[in-house]
Amino acid sequence: MSSLTESHTQHTEAHAHHGGPKIYTANLFALLFLTVITVAAASFNFGSANVVIALAIATVKAILVGLFFMHLIWDKPVNAIILIAAFLFLGIFLMFDFLDVGTRDHLQPRNMPNMDNATPVPDSMNPLKAAPPQPLTPAPAAEEHK
Amino acid sequence: MSTTTTDVQSHGGHGEPDNPHHQHHFATMEQQFDTSKLGMWLFLATEILLFGGLFVGFGLMQSRYPREFIEAHEHLKQDVFGRPFPLYGAINTIVLLVSSWTMVMGVNAAQTDQKKKTVRYLVLTILLACVFLGIKYVEYSHKFHDGLLPGMFYAHQSEDLIKGTHGYATFFAFYFMMTGLHGIHVLVGIGLLSWLVVRARRGEFSSEYYTPVDLVGLYWHIVDMIWIYLFPLYYLIS
Repeated sequence: MSSLTESHTQHTEAHAHHGGPKIYTANLFALLFLTVITVAAASFNFGSANVVIALAIATVKAILVGLFFMHLIWDKPVNAIILIAAFLFLGIFLMFDFLDVGTRDHLQPRNMPNMDNATPVPDSMNPLKAAPPQPLTPAPAAEEHK
Repeated sequence: MSTTTTDVQSHGGHGEPDNPHHQHHFATMEQQFDTSKLGMWLFLATEILLFGGLFVGFGLMQSRYPREFIEAHEHLKQDVFGRPFPLYGAINTIVLLVSSWTMVMGVNAAQTDQKKKTVRYLVLTILLACVFLGIKYVEYSHKFHDGLLPGMFYAHQSEDLIKGTHGYATFFAFYFMMTGLHGIHVLVGIGLLSWLVVRARRGEFSSEYYTPVDLVGLYWHIVDMIWIYLFPLYYLIS
């Protein structure tokens, strides 16, 4: 009974004293520093790596916010698992969408009028403009059934 | 049977049933707190998926209209010492990060029974949220003036041919939908924070009970986290 009470008091104390203004302030300065880095990195041209760099820095910032401002580092792991699961499913969503769009010749259905002038559909591929399909020849076997 | 008795006794020993916020269907205050927090995190997961859909759409459209998106994002920059710089966006990023800090300091003050400090930090967070929306208002009114409006309202006049294209209008459609939805979240946050200020002034929060402060804090940080991704994707494309 006494050990139960004791362990509980210790627990609530740990609950109340985690984090603290010093850690939060240090985290704020880290986040501001990373913001300066993102803005600075964007002024250089790394080609297609620019987006990757920007997203990597943003992810580091999001992790810092999650761990310290949202207390995930001190929390029960179940809360972090929910956040990670949400990002995981977002990643799956993103990946399959890009796989789909990236492996197509045409973004729009082929019989749809083209919205942008980037990739005009050639007439041979456009069912509206291509030669009408040959009518099927009537089956000669129809007579024999009678 | 004997364990049940000790359990009940040990609860009595903590004085937990005396807490007016303790609801009878929870065994302990701690269990009640953890349950509320778990529910909040599930809601935040749906928020990530809500914005996630928009981010995926934005990514697909950017890969389709890369040239137009780069041209269009120049409209989000201002002239700073003769060089284009995303001034409003950068200031808003800093404002939101600092507001996240005041929020977490408010949660910390509530946890450590510093009631006056709690109110002060919550009010500071509201003020920073208002600064954010004020800057957003200035940004939006510039775009409205230029006719850079979403969807069918797009009415930008320019001799440059690229500005009349579909991709250019698509950028602003996504820009207004995503920053607009984020702005609505900031507005909701101001409402929630005001409610907290009223309750904190009544002295309702203490180290024994600070669940609402903690949960609104989580909400406020996810709004900040979304802006952390919005800022480089919209203002720093190259």
